[in-house]
Amino acid sequence: MLVGRNITFRVGSKELISDISASFAPGGLHLIVGPNGAGKSTLVKVLARLLRPQTGMVEYEGSDVVHVSEAELAKRRAVLSQAVEIAFPLTVREVVMMGRYPHFSGRPGPTDEQIVDEVMQHFDVTEFKDRYYQSLSGGERQRVNFARVLAQLWSHTTSCRYLFLDEPLTFLDIRHQIDFMKRIRSFTKDTDVVTVGVVHDLNLAARFADQILMLDEGRIVANGPPSEVLTTEKIKQVFGVEPTMIQTEDSNIHLIFN
Amino acid sequence: MTTQHGRRQLLLIALVAVTLLVTIASIRYGAIDFSIAEISRALASLFPGQPEPTLDQRIFLELRFPRAILCLLVGASLGVGGTLMQALFRNPIVEPGLVGTSSGAAFGSALFFVLGGVLHIGTSLWSLPIAACAGGIISTYLVFLLARSREDGRASIVMLLLTGLAVNALFMSAIGFLSYIARDPQARSITFWSLGTLSGASWKAVEIVALSTVLGSIVAIRYAKQLNALMIGEEEATYLGVNVNRLKWIILSVNVVIVAVATAFTGVISFVGLVVPHILRMLGGADNRFLIVGSALTGATLLTLADLIARLSVRPAELPIGIVTSAVGVPVFIFLLRRRQYVF
Repeated sequence: MLVGRNITFRVGSKELISDISASFAPGGLHLIVGPNGAGKSTLVKVLARLLRPQTGMVEYEGSDVVHVSEAELAKRRAVLSQAVEIAFPLTVREVVMMGRYPHFSGRPGPTDEQIVDEVMQHFDVTEFKDRYYQSLSGGERQRVNFARVLAQLWSHTTSCRYLFLDEPLTFLDIRHQIDFMKRIRSFTKDTDVVTVGVVHDLNLAARFADQILMLDEGRIVANGPPSEVLTTEKIKQVFGVEPTMIQTEDSNIHLIFN
Repeated sequence: MTTQHGRRQLLLIALVAVTLLVTIASIRYGAIDFSIAEISRALASLFPGQPEPTLDQRIFLELRFPRAILCLLVGASLGVGGTLMQALFRNPIVEPGLVGTSSGAAFGSALFFVLGGVLHIGTSLWSLPIAACAGGIISTYLVFLLARSREDGRASIVMLLLTGLAVNALFMSAIGFLSYIARDPQARSITFWSLGTLSGASWKAVEIVALSTVLGSIVAIRYAKQLNALMIGEEEATYLGVNVNRLKWIILSVNVVIVAVATAFTGVISFVGLVVPHILRMLGGADNRFLIVGSALTGATLLTLADLIARLSVRPAELPIGIVTSAVGVPVFIFLLRRRQYVF
């Protein structure tokens, strides 16, 4: 269980997020939506403890995360980001192996090697394993990064595992976006995984999220299942565009913007 | 990784062999050549019960041999320093010389020579390396302070290079001024030495440089994995459990110490730290564990070769070694800049 309590984060005198409280249960996919500048990315970074809030706290299973060391935290918390640039020639396997860094010191052990092979298989990147990361397309690179992030969280721990998504779909085409969301969903099915992420496309959020948290100007507008949060009024209020709702046959909602 | 791992180990073994060969050449050839038999007799004379060394043997033991060892150590320091700076700034065209460390260290040492003579201070073993480190720290700090953007506090690479250029020029002119006001014997050593030279090698220098090189390299290897994580970005490295700020401070300090101590005894030798990591990356990829060990060996080899050229090209006189490394390094540097394969 991940809980944020009264989180406020400012840069200078500007509050990027204000007094946010929310809890995120394991086994569900929690997506944060909101217009540009709503504080979505900031909230994810605070929850992942890259940023420390000025007030409020973040709890992982009831204990304040501020006291955990970087190295300890990295064993159970991973973040999939927008686009990772690497200035030096690294092979795909070396990049994926980085996901195991928090789990070994010195050289990787047999378990680490095995997990890396499994994860690469799982993400269909085994065929690239000796190619340089730089030579891959955007979609392929992101698959490699996803493999790296899951290598980090692959093995069960005594506590929950926390996966954060910091707009990982931004530079992907629609086929990759759907493919990624399916993979994230299936990973989140594990009952000890808490997944919180930012996604721009409201239709993707509607289709894949269990819970949606809607932010505007650093404050929570709504928090709940997609059908309760993604209403015509709220979308109009927050995004300033008026959607038409279509109910698909599998009872998903679909939005059309005029 | 297994194939790559094997390849890297082979490469490192080959590098050890090349380093040994070059070292043997370096102790044999110079103003006078020594045969292997003479070298063994000279080494044997160190043991009790053997005949006293002859003049030639003493030249070997007190000049040639420590010079060869110092050259290996300084080369290793510069190679490792280059690798560390490139890893830290995630940029393939940074090296200690370009961000002011070497010229600052040279200025610190020059100041020590001139003032030390006048004020009769600091004749202890450690005064010179400490003066060099202080100079290196000040100049490196100055470069980073001035290159930092006012908006986001980050140093862009273009700003770093330009500021490095300016700060280097400043410290070089200060060295020039010191040599201008210095009394004759000191002045000569300062000029020669702002171009880099190993002619001042002694066993005392070997001891101190060995200490900083070995300790610095050990610390560097310990942090190689964290430096690898840094390759994918500061945020990403944090997510992988790296305390990025701490890492930056440790690596910068190691770099300043190993480069400044080496510079204290040999003067400014540029471009070794730039070229060495490149050669290795082309041969065996970018893993820093491999790069740090490899760049120590490659740096040692290259500098020894440069020293051989410096000694043999105008023998019995010799060139400052910095002239040789720059003559080779500058074209390589320009080639790298123009290739633009890397992200800036």
